[in-house]
Amino acid sequence: MKIIVAIKQVPERDAQVRIDAAGKWIEEAGLQWALNESDAYALEEALQLKEKHGGEVVVLSAGPERVGSTIREALAKGADRAIQIDCANLGNRDALSVAKLLAAAVKPENPDLVLTGLQSDDLGLGQTGVILAELLSLPHASLILHVEKTETGLTVKREWEEGWFQTVEMPTPAVLTIQSGGNKLRYATLMGIKRAKTKEVRQVTAAELAVDSAQAVVLERVALPTKQKSTQILPGTAKEAAAALVEKLKFEARVL
Amino acid sequence: MSGIWVVLEERDGPGGKVSRISWEAVAAGQRLAALTGLAVNAVVAGAQTETLAAEAASKKLEKVARVEHPLLATYTADGFSLALQQFFEAEKPDYVILPHTYQVRDYAPALAARLGEVLIGDVTAIGEGPVFTRQLMQGRLNGFYRHTGGGPCFVSVQAGAFRADTVEAGMAEVTVFSPTIEATQIRTRPSERYRGSAQTVDLGSAQLIVSVGRGIKDADNLHMVQELATALGAELGASRPICDNGWLPMDRQIGSSGQTVSPKLYLAVGISGAIQHLVGMKGSQCVVAINKDPGAPIFEAADYGIVGDLFEVVPALIEAVKAAKQ
Repeated sequence: MKIIVAIKQVPERDAQVRIDAAGKWIEEAGLQWALNESDAYALEEALQLKEKHGGEVVVLSAGPERVGSTIREALAKGADRAIQIDCANLGNRDALSVAKLLAAAVKPENPDLVLTGLQSDDLGLGQTGVILAELLSLPHASLILHVEKTETGLTVKREWEEGWFQTVEMPTPAVLTIQSGGNKLRYATLMGIKRAKTKEVRQVTAAELAVDSAQAVVLERVALPTKQKSTQILPGTAKEAAAALVEKLKFEARVL
Repeated sequence: MSGIWVVLEERDGPGGKVSRISWEAVAAGQRLAALTGLAVNAVVAGAQTETLAAEAASKKLEKVARVEHPLLATYTADGFSLALQQFFEAEKPDYVILPHTYQVRDYAPALAARLGEVLIGDVTAIGEGPVFTRQLMQGRLNGFYRHTGGGPCFVSVQAGAFRADTVEAGMAEVTVFSPTIEATQIRTRPSERYRGSAQTVDLGSAQLIVSVGRGIKDADNLHMVQELATALGAELGASRPICDNGWLPMDRQIGSSGQTVSPKLYLAVGISGAIQHLVGMKGSQCVVAINKDPGAPIFEAADYGIVGDLFEVVPALIEAVKAAKQ
């Protein structure tokens, strides 16, 4: 089974958000970067499928040079090789335009399965995988927690709202977007990190993929959210704040 | 061009009623109508849509279209994309508004792509322009989007962002559209939906909830939060990552994929407040947040906040609660 996992590098979860001078995005200088969480689960699912059925896991990621460190992390966890789409202005592209880049890189590989995380932790669009399937003319399923290979294709466990699930059968090749929590994530081993250094990372540029850069939607500007509620921040030491909170809950909010 | 079209969904369970979030999408459509002067219409897709369409036709809408085909009896992304693609290619709407549900997330990006467009998803507000607001960076940032494509502008709206009760009564004309779908075009075979593990904890009716998130760092630290819950006489809840890690059972999870709660007191410990979590608890009467990051979005939803290390604040709070109860 040849599996491509599309992964994204995103700012680390606890990163401080500062808006850049143009007011169009966040200040990226000084940020720490990490593998997008649901993409980590997509990678885990791919590695487990490979361990069961054999084959190859190829990671695919688009972005500027820094993306290389996240690709190495995926290789250290056990992916066999990688394709890096060098694209400095990823943030200026809409979901369709990004999916076109990925589709152009996936097509010549003819994979049996394409996995990606359900959504990114930065833009949170949750569309790339579904559009990718559309562009590749492949069937898809989203919010997937478990994948099983069958004689004719796949049986997947799909999540719905409020604790409902569904089993979906589908042929391969296919595209799945993976929900977090379906598996336990592995850590890279020392041996894995060593091996990753010798694995192939093929570089392609956005220009080489000959994808048009027409935009159907644009992110005009960003701003910090305005408060919906007036939050009382309780100051002081932990002890003082805790005592003040209990007072407030008892006598002001009257919920205790 | 034919104005604004809102895609309605059926509510879960028997009765064939339009879902609440669908009415919220209609309210968003009416907001957009006020800004653009366009008429608002609604469309329902399925194998039998008469009841849903009749319910929709009793509201202040221009037209209600029934996109009907036997192959739409069970939802599939292939079936719905194809049927609605044909309908919208014929209708040429200016705007298509959808409720941001798991179903819409599954097909709307593909549907928009078929028309060379991109869905502006999970929208929380619509302003002059029109400019569409959606949350970025897990709710720490708002992004303002504008449509620049030549075709219909696709928008999905977040649950609770628009008010369903603002939709006025009226009378709409009902039309029927029959898409052409072959059985072979539907490539996935979904089973009946089923409930996950039997839910043993009903957080929905709990009056007091202490909820724990990623900030707790390790399963071994959970006892501290459990102790706080016990001291308060509260139920213990959690954000998704805690249940994903297996630190607490799935039936403790609060948020879009877990339970929806509305207690008197919701005390969030080490929860940053991603949108998926907030939708599950924003009906709470009083929200308290304890988090080390003053920029965490949970503080936007909180009545009271303590910015600090939960490993210091929680033990202090347990003492204070115990002292107050003596």
